[in-house]
Amino acid sequence: MITLWYALVVLCWVLYFVLDGFDFGVGLLASLVGRDDRERGAAVSTVGPFWDGNEVWLVAAIGATFAAFPGWYAALLSALYLPLVAILLLLAVRGVALEFRGKHDGTRWRRGWEVALAASSAGTVALWGAVLATMVRGLALGADGSVAGNGLARSVAPMLTVESAVGAMVALCAAALLGATFLSLRTSGPVRERARRVALWTSFAAAVLSVPSVLIGGLGWVAAVVCLVVGVLAWARREALAFGTVAAGVAAAVVAVFTAHPDVVLRSTLHPAWSLTMSNAAAGDSALRLITTVGVVVLPGVLAYQAFSYWVFRRRVASGRIPS
Amino acid sequence: MDVLDLARLQFAVVTIYHYLFVPLSISLAGAAAGLHLAWLRTHQDRFLQLTKLVGKLLIVTFAVGVVTGLVQEFQFGMGWSNFARFYGDVFGPTLAVEGMLAFFLEATFLALWHFGWDRLPPRVHAATIVLVAAGTVLSAFVILAGNSFMQNPVAYALDPATGRARLTSFTDLMLNKVNLAAFPHTMSAAAMAGGALLLAIGARRLAATRAANRGGDSAAWPAYRTLARLGAWMTAIGGALTAITGDHLGKVITQVQPMKMAAAEALYRTTSGAPFSVFAIGDPSGGRPFFSVEIPWLLSLLAKGSPTATVQGIDDLQAQYAAQFGPGGYAPMIPVAFWSFRLMIGVGMLALLVAAAYLWTTRRGRTPRRSLVRLLPLLPFLPAAANTLGWIFTETARQPWIAFGIAKTADAVSPGLTAAEVTASLLGFALVYGVLAVVWLRLVRHLVRQPLAAPDTASLPSPDPAPVY
Repeated sequence: MITLWYALVVLCWVLYFVLDGFDFGVGLLASLVGRDDRERGAAVSTVGPFWDGNEVWLVAAIGATFAAFPGWYAALLSALYLPLVAILLLLAVRGVALEFRGKHDGTRWRRGWEVALAASSAGTVALWGAVLATMVRGLALGADGSVAGNGLARSVAPMLTVESAVGAMVALCAAALLGATFLSLRTSGPVRERARRVALWTSFAAAVLSVPSVLIGGLGWVAAVVCLVVGVLAWARREALAFGTVAAGVAAAVVAVFTAHPDVVLRSTLHPAWSLTMSNAAAGDSALRLITTVGVVVLPGVLAYQAFSYWVFRRRVASGRIPS
Repeated sequence: MDVLDLARLQFAVVTIYHYLFVPLSISLAGAAAGLHLAWLRTHQDRFLQLTKLVGKLLIVTFAVGVVTGLVQEFQFGMGWSNFARFYGDVFGPTLAVEGMLAFFLEATFLALWHFGWDRLPPRVHAATIVLVAAGTVLSAFVILAGNSFMQNPVAYALDPATGRARLTSFTDLMLNKVNLAAFPHTMSAAAMAGGALLLAIGARRLAATRAANRGGDSAAWPAYRTLARLGAWMTAIGGALTAITGDHLGKVITQVQPMKMAAAEALYRTTSGAPFSVFAIGDPSGGRPFFSVEIPWLLSLLAKGSPTATVQGIDDLQAQYAAQFGPGGYAPMIPVAFWSFRLMIGVGMLALLVAAAYLWTTRRGRTPRRSLVRLLPLLPFLPAAANTLGWIFTETARQPWIAFGIAKTADAVSPGLTAAEVTASLLGFALVYGVLAVVWLRLVRHLVRQPLAAPDTASLPSPDPAPVY
């Protein structure tokens, strides 16, 4: 029962990181693949109908985590207080940048929001990567499930590790790959061509960057192979396949993060007994049953109508006209 | 300020700010759906023009609501982790169910509607905005059930081993009697918020287009007149319903939290046939006011439905709670409760009166007085203020409790949280939210001043089907 709900929670997180991941990637790259106002407008509008629905997966994921594992939600969110505040503020800027950009005619207005979009997307992705790496590493949880400390350092210090830096780098590469392959799939003309080149270079660069981790051992070689495959697919212009491969790779990585420590949802670096496990962080049976029912009944419907939305907006976006 | 006060201040700031946009989204979604359906039935150009205008306002308002709403999903864990830890079992499901049942519906179908004008068959397209409107209502119901749990904890059992609350029945949680009273009150107040905005826009644009045409009628005249009248009806009917549902909510709250209603009236001594003071100047620490304007028996009537009923006073309730829950202060900040309650009613009723005055002066095609139209841009601030005051009253007059009778706010704050962290985050929120407010206002002004879509092209699909952004 608990394992089933843990699987549902992880599914929400996986869908969030994959779906919003390509939104971040597009936000990151829009100013790079678009040379003028129209091209950048076309790049941004590839995610226009989708980003909000994608971001709701974060609401679903955090809500599901809260409902099913209140202990985990309480410990993680209070321990990483400031990094999460930063993520929320960056997400706020990112969201309004996407929605407000096209609602005004001024060139400075648009350019301003494009810069805000790129900066907030990059910042959010880097911070999420660092947070996920910190989750794997564990937090200095005390017996009461909280992290003690002084001043601002309490929730910032856990993020200042090599693992976090690597996590941020990996996340930026992953988002750039998701964004570039999505853009080459959804645009046409020069934007599509530039996106393809970005995908090509990013995948080979990421493959080279993962070489050190291959030498250390672990799963680095998988990442390297995935990157090479994506590079080859981008080169061969198999756009849908390239995007699908990156998405599958990101999904696998997120699953790996959430299953890094068996049965443990949040590791304590101070004492193994203070780690939060699936059972000691879980809600009661009645709440779990409710959430499982809602999840099993409602989520397939959500997936169906979101798929319908992707089907309706499946056509490529052209950049030959002035966005209104 | 210590970490508790800072955390409370931050919760108030981010939640009030979020709630400036929520009632607008709820009522604009409903208005857009209604206008869209009206266009589908009648094929009158003005309905299509207005659907598009209201749709644009909805999109930019919804965006701010979404990004500030995300903060709400996180802050129970970030700032109030002990509440999350001990009551998350009951409170958490409301957030999860709201997200899965309502937010996906709103976000996905709003995008389908916004970008789907020439991609979806007309009926399917109209259905998408109806689903958005339904999503906003559903979302309000579920999340108000969460708040109602804090006002009147139901559907839980305390686990003796861990001290944590366990959910016993989701249905009971949703059908909390406070929720059944608060939901209609909140929804009618939301109708006022959007209605006032539409009235202000319609009336001002009507005057502006008239001035541009030297008093003559322009092509946009029927649309703006319809918009202003629609907004006025929403504000007036919403206002009447807010008053009726507020009366009922007050009676329910008197049953579950007598202290809150005693604080609302600053009624220190238990009184039969208690009066309602419209205005009072007194010593905030207690006792009789120096000066007050009172309406006899009204408080007893409002609280209990009978002019002679006995209403419990703050002093008696304090003694009763101290005996029940142990020593401590159980009265909220009386001046805040007293004035937020009165101002909420006064400001809300003023909005209702202005809307009614507009309806009266524009009956059968009459032109309203200039002085009234000049003041109308201020109208949207009234329901916004009333909504804010209502939440300030509801939340502060429940103190010292976070969940009435079972959990105190002081015990709910995250154990490790430091004052420096909250100060930093509060500054961050203030900065970003401040900029967002300015940008939102600027954008709304810009969107409103754009000419309406020309009638002959508005109903045709644009020659190019690319989603423009």
